[in-house]
Amino acid sequence: MTEVYVVGTDMIKFGRFPDRTVPELGAQAALMALDDAGLTIDDMQALYCGNLGEAGAMVGQRVLREIGQTGIPVVNCANACATGATAFREGWAAIKAGIYDVVLAVGVEQMGRGLLGGGGGGAGIPTEGLLGSGTMPAVFAHVGMEHTRNYGTTFEQFAKVSVKNHHHSTLNPKAMYQIETPLQEVMGAEMISYPNTKLMCSVNVDGSAAAVLASESAAKRLGLMGRAVRVRASAMTSDPYTPRNTVMPDFNAVTRMAAKAAYEMAGVGPEDVNLVELHDCFATAEIVHYENLGLCADGEGGRLIDTGETALGGRVPVNVSGGLLSKGHPLGATGIANIYEITTHLRGEAGARQVEGARIGLTHVVGMGSACAIHVLEKP
Amino acid sequence: MSETQVAAKPLPVVGFLKIPESGDAYLEGYRCENCGEVFLADHPSCAACRKRGTLKAYRLSNKGKLYNFTVVHRNFPGVEVPFISAIVDLEGGGTLKGNLVDIVPSPEALKFDMPVDVVFRDAGRKDREGNSYLSYFFTPAKA
Repeated sequence: MTEVYVVGTDMIKFGRFPDRTVPELGAQAALMALDDAGLTIDDMQALYCGNLGEAGAMVGQRVLREIGQTGIPVVNCANACATGATAFREGWAAIKAGIYDVVLAVGVEQMGRGLLGGGGGGAGIPTEGLLGSGTMPAVFAHVGMEHTRNYGTTFEQFAKVSVKNHHHSTLNPKAMYQIETPLQEVMGAEMISYPNTKLMCSVNVDGSAAAVLASESAAKRLGLMGRAVRVRASAMTSDPYTPRNTVMPDFNAVTRMAAKAAYEMAGVGPEDVNLVELHDCFATAEIVHYENLGLCADGEGGRLIDTGETALGGRVPVNVSGGLLSKGHPLGATGIANIYEITTHLRGEAGARQVEGARIGLTHVVGMGSACAIHVLEKP
Repeated sequence: MSETQVAAKPLPVVGFLKIPESGDAYLEGYRCENCGEVFLADHPSCAACRKRGTLKAYRLSNKGKLYNFTVVHRNFPGVEVPFISAIVDLEGGGTLKGNLVDIVPSPEALKFDMPVDVVFRDAGRKDREGNSYLSYFFTPAKA
């Protein structure tokens, strides 16, 4: 099977664009990624489009109405917070299979503001706040509290994740926010669902990101190997059965399974990874994923944030983009925005936030329900 | 147009809460006769061991231990806060999520593995037709 390369990628600056449409936002990132590759829509053999909010409304085809209706096949993907990564992976799989050799993946989302999730609806009475909480901050508070239960992880340690990622975003002009948030400010912010304060919840923003993928022969033919980044692994899992999964989504098992598959496919281990963009939808999530991705031993996640090993300049910087916490989390775009971030570092083009000497990077997203996608990328 | 009928008795808040003609309300689980895992609904196959036709209904225990909690301070309009969202492992199998009540909604007041009881009370909410609902709650266990 051929190797697959990212030969062009970009994202728009995340923000709030209520006056624009989903296809307009998707088209903007698509054109930026094509420009980055020096290609046009006429070079693309298929489009993989990730979007959740308008999942029934042919977003990919509507993106093509903005940038050129060439008649190529379009696959529209919806897979919770793994939506963008799923679209990217579908493009990767098609090239691996030898069906196409140059494809475009686009992730795009327009978000409302406020709480996501919540139980009940439909028949009967709403059960949110009656049978516990299904809001995302509460679901991920439970994730953190399980770590507290097992290892004594503290509110302060979780809060430090937000301090770090908000700091990172001050170096990323495409992040929604570029604002330092000292520990006292994070811990003193409005408590949403203990231990997640408002500054420990990801930001609902609008955004889009896109990537052009190519087979090795196409990348060479098009003269694009110079800035190409190799996709060394693409792994995806659905949630395996675990005992409390029916009432408490288990984001750990699904991530561990995907991580194992990704490291095996890439032929590398976590010790070889130079930077990671992982799914910090809430500050509590980042700590558990340190362990799920093998960045440290089980129970060491709290220590990892305390010692600064995951900060820019540390042993394995995590979420140098600012992460979902500060860059923002437009659900369908997030997975491809992660690919953009890692690719930019591996190309040595990340400016002030560049992870020096980065050779191998890992992206991770996990959507509730559940879907986990992990990609390992390598500098050419 | 016919008038909508309000049920004479409260309705169950979820399908696995059973209100028998006589006797106390209870929660119903399904246990796999092959591997022993417990579910809150019937399924054609066991999600854990994949065997078909092995799930059998049984009465869940009204006693358990607090596996996990969060104190929820921000929620949708109309939902009273703060409240404790609790995840409870029941004696003899099964895990439930629900509100832990009759205790201060503060992390300092809560301990992992503290024993709790499952109790049945009016949900405090009605549907559009005006029906009342019976819900389950967790309370600190009576000594």
